[in-house]
Amino acid sequence: MTDPSLQPPSNLLGRWAVIGLAVAALALAFAYVAGWLTPQRLSSRGIVNALQANSGVFPGYRRNHAKGVCVSGYFEGNGAASAYSSSSVFAPGRTPVVGRFALPGGNPYAPDSSVPIRSFALRFSLPNGQQWRTGMNSMPVFPVATPQAFYDQVVATRPDPATGKPDPKRAGAFFAAHPETAAFLSWIKTAKPSASFVTETYEALNAFYFVDASGKRHPVRWKVTPEAPDDAGTGPQAGDPNYLAQDIEQRMAKGPLRWHLIVTLGEPGDPTNDATKVWPADRPTVDAGTLVIESEQPQDSGPCRDVNYDPTILPPGIEISDDPLLPARSSAYAVSYLRRTSEEAHVPGTARATSPSEHP
Amino acid sequence: MNTSNAFHPLARLLHWLMAVLILTMLFIGVGMVSTVSEKHEWLLAIHKPLGATIFVLALIRLGVRWRHPPPPLPAGMPPLMQFMAHASHWLLYGLMLALPLVGWAMLSAGGYPISLGGSLHLPPLMSANFEAFAWLRLTHRYLAYLLFLTVLGHMGAALYHGLIRRDDVLASMTFPRKPLAPAVAPVVVEVVEPPSSSIPPQV
Repeated sequence: MTDPSLQPPSNLLGRWAVIGLAVAALALAFAYVAGWLTPQRLSSRGIVNALQANSGVFPGYRRNHAKGVCVSGYFEGNGAASAYSSSSVFAPGRTPVVGRFALPGGNPYAPDSSVPIRSFALRFSLPNGQQWRTGMNSMPVFPVATPQAFYDQVVATRPDPATGKPDPKRAGAFFAAHPETAAFLSWIKTAKPSASFVTETYEALNAFYFVDASGKRHPVRWKVTPEAPDDAGTGPQAGDPNYLAQDIEQRMAKGPLRWHLIVTLGEPGDPTNDATKVWPADRPTVDAGTLVIESEQPQDSGPCRDVNYDPTILPPGIEISDDPLLPARSSAYAVSYLRRTSEEAHVPGTARATSPSEHP
Repeated sequence: MNTSNAFHPLARLLHWLMAVLILTMLFIGVGMVSTVSEKHEWLLAIHKPLGATIFVLALIRLGVRWRHPPPPLPAGMPPLMQFMAHASHWLLYGLMLALPLVGWAMLSAGGYPISLGGSLHLPPLMSANFEAFAWLRLTHRYLAYLLFLTVLGHMGAALYHGLIRRDDVLASMTFPRKPLAPAVAPVVVEVVEPPSSSIPPQV
């Protein structure tokens, strides 16, 4: 028997073609799954690029909710929610929390009065490496229900370079084509920028499931409601574009600030996949415990700086619902997190991060 | 000493199992970071435990390889081709072990919980470090691209052996031919000598 490799195989060209086709097909499939062949397909990069196109790139900052302040404290569970969720966070006892108050929008220098919405993000650090992260907003509903509609809204409300404001025709056409935005639009018509972060109620907006010890799933939405009375008139004087940070510093100097974590229990038929719809007002609620904020820190050096408040990071006992915004938030937040950390790490090819003191 | 012209059956089983898992893993990884659909969540939920599985299987496979050395490359292979074959295999092993570790370190540096599903959590490999996260995350991406390219090259080379050279290499990992004594004997002689790649091929 001779070495088979010495005999030239028949149909050499065809054999090379088979090899080339097999390798090319696998490479193409990979490129397709990566989204490289379909730039028009909605992706995490596309959403973050659209946000950047609206507000500009501020290296080192979050691509949305860029202006904010870190806070620290703890959550004291009271056991009331333990009937619905097996998570240890709801058992009586303390769980450390790193939080962040912020303004929506990608500009970290936006005046506090520029938008009537504030946000509050929390990271609960449970035992055994478990975490619960949530990002909440001071509004009753989200404007849109799907990632595609969110993207379209960002594009439709892009500021006109000439005026610095969204083109009313384009924005109007978007809202007309999206009747699900009506609840949000009617709320924002009368909403006023608050004088303080601490007087606001922050809603998780998306639905989740609590899973109890027997494995039963309960649809829920949660919010934190402040103990501080709404004293909008006593806020720092107007004309200061950064009055919210001043306000929280002054209040914190007087002692810890408290919120209650209120869990609303949904009933069969309540939408879990539509953040534009409120649940009926008569749904039962549970006061799951007290959130106590003990200190605040600037966001460029505080502990919240390094946290990606991805709302799908949940401990056993809490699960995401079928709300399509949740996976999109997770995916897009990861892109924002990688971009801003890469800028801080001075990865070649990323926008150069400057320290805040170098900014006006 | 492996005097057979084939990989040990356990090595073949591990190879094909891991081939499926690693290709699945590469497609899951590149897909989950791009998609904004509900796929993002379940792909991410598979990615982490699958990465841990691949890491453990790669260690087992190295053990099997040590216990049952692979068959020698055909004597007629040019030295450069032999070098490429050896180098690409060690690169594959290196990436199989490095990618899960970099992923684990990356999640640790980012301060993320490292959940393998349910309440099964891995401890962090390092303390949270914002800038290290960026470097590790990018390293994870580019090592994954390198692994995919190496897999493509590996597949192309295997087909080249099977279709063009028509030697025993592809068969040694698939359905080995029963060795015929006269054909095998010279090959065995070849490999007992030190670094066979430095010896001119004996035709």
